[in-house]
Amino acid sequence: MLYFTFFLVAAAVAGTVPRARSHGAAVWELIVAMFEWFGDFAKFVTRVARAALTPPYEWRELLRQLDAIGAKSAPLVALAGAATGVVLSLQTRDSLARFGAKSMLPAIIVFSMIRETGPIITGLVVSGRVSAGIGAELGSMKVTEQIDAMEASAVDPYKFLAATRVVACILVLPLLTLIADFCGILMGWIANTLAQPVSPRFFLDNGFKDVVFSDFLPPTFKTAVFGFIIGGVACFQGMRTSGGTEGVGRSTTSAVVLSSLFVILADVLLVRLILFFYS
Amino acid sequence: MEHPTAEAPVTVKDLRKTFGGQTVLNGVDLEAAQGETVAVLGRSGTGKSVLLKLLVGLQSPDSGSIRIRGQEITKLEENRLNELRKKMGFLFQQAALYDSLTVEQNVEFPLMRHTRMAPGERRQRVRELLADVGMEKDLEKLPSQISGGMQKRVGLARALALEPDIVLFDEPTAGLDPITAGEIGKVIVQLKQKRKITAVVVTHDVRGARKFADRLVLLRDGRIVTEGTFENLQKSRDDFVVQFLRDG
Repeated sequence: MLYFTFFLVAAAVAGTVPRARSHGAAVWELIVAMFEWFGDFAKFVTRVARAALTPPYEWRELLRQLDAIGAKSAPLVALAGAATGVVLSLQTRDSLARFGAKSMLPAIIVFSMIRETGPIITGLVVSGRVSAGIGAELGSMKVTEQIDAMEASAVDPYKFLAATRVVACILVLPLLTLIADFCGILMGWIANTLAQPVSPRFFLDNGFKDVVFSDFLPPTFKTAVFGFIIGGVACFQGMRTSGGTEGVGRSTTSAVVLSSLFVILADVLLVRLILFFYS
Repeated sequence: MEHPTAEAPVTVKDLRKTFGGQTVLNGVDLEAAQGETVAVLGRSGTGKSVLLKLLVGLQSPDSGSIRIRGQEITKLEENRLNELRKKMGFLFQQAALYDSLTVEQNVEFPLMRHTRMAPGERRQRVRELLADVGMEKDLEKLPSQISGGMQKRVGLARALALEPDIVLFDEPTAGLDPITAGEIGKVIVQLKQKRKITAVVVTHDVRGARKFADRLVLLRDGRIVTEGTFENLQKSRDDFVVQFLRDG
């Protein structure tokens, strides 16, 4: 039921404004719009996947996107990770001190960062920055007929524009998560040290003492799914833009809102899956 | 212009297209012979631009047949359609230049994608194409840094980059000053004379069309109401045709 409500909100955000007079009919319209959106999105993803897997490959454009999406998001992700590490340290330290468990602080910061906070912060920060960029860029290309011009000159826009961006998102999200994890743990240690000096070795030994494979790899690689969602939704919303500059604005907003929403939903599902397989 | 016994490079039969219940094209028949320039005229919203997009496979018709160089494009697979598109040029109404690329890169784009030219040879070709439309001095500028007329000329250079034998022009002179519009018209005439290309030109510009087109086709309510040379059309007694030619 919760997911269904989420999807209804998503359909509304995707640009479907019910015109029906009664509330019942309006909800029905939203439900129909939701299924239409998912149907169209599934067709889009299938076409992009086929374009991505069929040679010739767009290596040059992929590299450009890796730079635009990955390298240029790194400072923001690092900053978000660092801020989260500081906040975690400050908040948790106070709580742990009340229970006389301050020695647990390094482990809590490390576990929290690598298992959940790092991945979700990265997903949401990249979702905001990259979805807006892709949605606006492709949306404006669509309304100014640049995508039509590309297709008319025998270049597949699904391969050149969409597949490269989606693949770049899938590849860079786990790497950006590592940056967020690193900065969060580093700043967690610094914040901790400012309150009570602790050597980095002691902090890391304590923090990573009980960390195992399943604490690190699955949460890090789940962000590849976030990357797929961010790239896929943003490209889809951008490439179906209509209605001039107002339409570009709508696409950009819906790309950010939908991708953030779906990243949160996917996170819930993936955490349950990871716990199921690795608990 | 030649009238071969073989099928014309562009042949459209009983083409129909509807958008959300509104019929835009309602049984259009059109032919453009080898080396012929056909101007499609009509009021705004009569489906002229849609017709061009259908011809290059950017949209699919509801029914009817579109044959380009003997191939039915409505049933063609994407990769075979792309092979045909390489031999077709399309000048968009607003030029549709890639706004993140410079003038030079815009014209180079199709050459990079579809030819094996060495970088030096490619740059040389780009300069020749831009010189043909009088834009050889603005290579490094972005589309946003040049005027609408200049953008259209760059768009034309890009449309001709792969030496297409069929070129589709969507309002090539709309929004241009009379001198630039005249220059674009001259380029169309030169293309016809030098390279015997087949052209379909969608336009409101009756005077321009009279100069560069071999045949004029008048669309109204999604149908062709009349076609022929300008002189033939002048003899028409249909009120719409008379008014269109007089006011156009």
